[in-house]
Amino acid sequence: MILSLDQVFVSGRAALLQMAGRVLPPVLMPWLSILMTIVVIAALAPAVMMYLTLIERKLLARMQNRLGPTRVGVYGLLQPLADGLKMLIKEDLVPRGADPLVHLLAPIMAVVPAILLFAVIPFGRNMAPANLNVGLLYFLAVSSVSSYAIFMGAWASRSKFPVIGAMRAVAQIISYEVPGVLSVVALMMVTGTMSLVGIVEAQRDQWFIATPWGFVGGVILFLSGIAEVNRTPFDMPEAESELVGGFHTEYSGMKFALWYMAEFLEAFMVCAITVTCFLGGWHGPAIPFWTLGLLLSVIFGTATRMWWPARAVLTLALLGATVVFGTQPIPSWAWFTLKTYALVFVLVWLRGTFPRLRVDQLMGLAWKFLLPMALVNVLAAGVWVLYRRPVLGPLTAGTLASTVMLVAAYAIFVRLNRPAPLERRTYLLAD
Amino acid sequence: MPSLLEARTPTDQGELMEVNLGPQHPSTHGVFRMIATLDGETIVKLKPVVGYLHRNHEQIGESSTYIASFPFTDRLDYFCAMSNNLGLALAIEKLGAIPVSERGDYLRIIMVELTRLVNHTAVTGFLISDMGAFGTPLLYAFREREKILDLFEACSGSRMMCNYIRPGGVREDVPPEWLDRARKIVADYPAFLDEFEALLTDNEIIQQRTRQVGVLPKALAVSASITGPMLRASGVNYDIRKVDGYSLYPKLPFKVPLGIVGDVYDRYYVRILEMRESLKILGQALKDIPAGPHISPKGAALVKAPRTFRPPKGEAYGRIESPKGELGFYLVSDGTPQPYRYHVRAPSFINLTILEDMCLGQKIADAIIILGSIDIVMGEVDR
Amino acid sequence: MALVGSGVLVGMGVVFKTFLETYPWGRVLLRMVGIQSANGITTIEYPDVKQQHAERFRYFPFLVYDQTPENLRCVACKICEQECPPACIHIVGPAKDAQGRPMKANGRTFPVEFDIDTSICMSCRICVDVCPFDAIEMDNDYELSSTERLHGMVHDKQRLLKPAEYFRKIKPSEASVVDARLDAKKAKAAAPPAAPPAPAA
Repeated sequence: MILSLDQVFVSGRAALLQMAGRVLPPVLMPWLSILMTIVVIAALAPAVMMYLTLIERKLLARMQNRLGPTRVGVYGLLQPLADGLKMLIKEDLVPRGADPLVHLLAPIMAVVPAILLFAVIPFGRNMAPANLNVGLLYFLAVSSVSSYAIFMGAWASRSKFPVIGAMRAVAQIISYEVPGVLSVVALMMVTGTMSLVGIVEAQRDQWFIATPWGFVGGVILFLSGIAEVNRTPFDMPEAESELVGGFHTEYSGMKFALWYMAEFLEAFMVCAITVTCFLGGWHGPAIPFWTLGLLLSVIFGTATRMWWPARAVLTLALLGATVVFGTQPIPSWAWFTLKTYALVFVLVWLRGTFPRLRVDQLMGLAWKFLLPMALVNVLAAGVWVLYRRPVLGPLTAGTLASTVMLVAAYAIFVRLNRPAPLERRTYLLAD
Repeated sequence: MPSLLEARTPTDQGELMEVNLGPQHPSTHGVFRMIATLDGETIVKLKPVVGYLHRNHEQIGESSTYIASFPFTDRLDYFCAMSNNLGLALAIEKLGAIPVSERGDYLRIIMVELTRLVNHTAVTGFLISDMGAFGTPLLYAFREREKILDLFEACSGSRMMCNYIRPGGVREDVPPEWLDRARKIVADYPAFLDEFEALLTDNEIIQQRTRQVGVLPKALAVSASITGPMLRASGVNYDIRKVDGYSLYPKLPFKVPLGIVGDVYDRYYVRILEMRESLKILGQALKDIPAGPHISPKGAALVKAPRTFRPPKGEAYGRIESPKGELGFYLVSDGTPQPYRYHVRAPSFINLTILEDMCLGQKIADAIIILGSIDIVMGEVDR
Repeated sequence: MALVGSGVLVGMGVVFKTFLETYPWGRVLLRMVGIQSANGITTIEYPDVKQQHAERFRYFPFLVYDQTPENLRCVACKICEQECPPACIHIVGPAKDAQGRPMKANGRTFPVEFDIDTSICMSCRICVDVCPFDAIEMDNDYELSSTERLHGMVHDKQRLLKPAEYFRKIKPSEASVVDARLDAKKAKAAAPPAAPPAPAA
């Protein structure tokens, strides 16, 4: 009996529970199952965040013709540990006059919701830790708690600049939630369910990003998400080259590390939710696993800087896995991971390319452009759902109608928002 | 002036906040301090504080010989070392009536225009990095700059503090393959400029951040004696290379790009166009450069024995179009090997005087960008 | 306020191309699409890999001697000390005997002490330009960090003396020019019979 690679984690967990069931009384079993989930998430979240920082640094570096961290561990893989150690041994300054309890609570209140979000995301087939039937609502609600945390942190610092930074940040978060939520309203309307597992199931035949309303909705959700986690190009509230460091000016040491962790975890969650809602979640084309296994073995086999025993062991293990599981389709959790990290790459790509928008321009973007587009998007989604009769080849009337609506709306809003572009003729003259 | 971080000046509009964009700040282009008074986000008053990098350059110049000042001029505008040397060389040539050898003149122009390329790419990179682009355009600019700095190292021995140009020509001739290397770099540069422009010029975010920000009207620019790309971005046709026609510029074909509105976008774009014009000059100069001595005999004697140079009593003002503006050296000689008075007209310092006028009414985030577009180097501002 | 437009996407494309260029497989991919990649990783991983400098690269000066350290070319004329812009050279000399007359070794006077304070030296090369005897030249060694300021950063005569072969090795074309000049001087000094025999340089 060869176990399915797709369900390897599920079967592993079932096996562990069975083994524990022989020793423990049955009344404890649900609690044990919950405990296992919690332990896995609690171990996974910091690891995800740590290696996300490394990925960002290395990808940004490669976009700038340089190597990222390479010294600490081979390929810089131990760099996050060094960073974590550095954060831990720094002095924890609490400004005089600051409220110590709130000062301590604020970063905790930022990180905990970010980790809580892990509970509803379906990481693979049957792999959502908690299959709530209001999963989407839970996600949106819990991710909004970060605005409380930001303001608490700034207020507790009793210093003028963090308060200004926090006010900007909270205004930004609240403004961008509106288009974000509206874009998933269209989604809820089409699928009829708020459960994230149900939404992924509904994308069995066609990812929603391939539909006109899904494309616009996905882009709006992604952009709103980036704005909510204060990443470039929307990171004015924590811009260092502007006034001050923003709401986390007065934090140092582990508390600063917690703010940092919250930001990265939320960024990862933004990517995860976009993948779940619009990019098909853990669905993927039925490509056999040996392609992925071979690719990974080649990558590890040619990693010349790795310590050769480790390299040999990894390559052999991957080759073995290719042989054993080769004919099975690529597992669902692998597709989810791939898609999420592809979006993480886009996140880093955006950071590397663009300067920041000014605060009033940020707000203008949210209220004057994204919000109307999101409203039109809901309408377009409705039209799409209603008219499903194929008209032009596989294209339905609904698709055509909604595409036309969205493109027209985009053009109208762009025209309404942009002042007449000044014809910048710079001319040359010889003296 | 005490540094007031939290002073409040109540007015009838509400509370004004005085903020110190201190000497240590990632984007103040050196040790430069701005004390801004803000009403909400809008700037009501802005006071620049300079002097953190004052190193007595003029005083040292008055107690050293004329040649001994050359290494110190390298460190004035440390981005454009070669052009600073040229300014002083021109002033000394006027003072002592030293002729310039033709090959030396061509070499000088090649160095100065390469410096212009170096400076304009770097300053554009800094401007975009001030806007928050995490340094990607800056690092692309520096990558190209490295190639030119390697050229400088090959001919003078040092990448930035070149100390290469002397009155009468240049200190030593370029190595044999240098000219071909330079031709190759000049030939490859337009491709980089196209890529750089593709990244930046049509970028909507940059346009939103820079259009109509920090507008400098023509009349104000002229009355405040602004020079350089800032002046030309406001629409005034004044380029010292054309007006004075010093060195070999009358022979080399190039045009002067002018802007229209005088905002940050115009300044950025004028610099890009100036780079393209410099490439034209370089192409022509590298083609026409003759063989011959790299320094005139009188200049060579000056290099070998600086203390024998006793110019006649008098004064001279040598000015060049440095990448930042009009860089002028005013020398008064009293017959001894040391000048009696040695003064540097630094373009960054003069251009900085209207920072407040440009920033009034703008938001604080824009002040940083406006400062970046003036293109200052504190070595020059403070000397 | 429109954000998405062609400018933004083109900018992203440029950055992505640069990203791909840094990988060998990326360059292959780009070439398949017909894009020539001009740049790769610009980082030089010092100290595993050291940058190749140009021949004329200059850092701090050194004194040249021919054959033996006692046969140094410097005659303690102190012109470099006078002309040095930041005044980093300190010379004590020429060596004098008990009666106060300058002593000669190999037919030349020589300095007793010759210190260069490298924490002041600007690497401007003016000392090399003005030396009439080609006795001081610019070195290109830059790994000179020391743990204490006074004794580590002030190079005395012993530390500064390096053989002419070293000079020829690090700067071949410059050394050949200097050697030609010195040989011409030797030939001119050897030519007139009334002059004392030229010093073996």
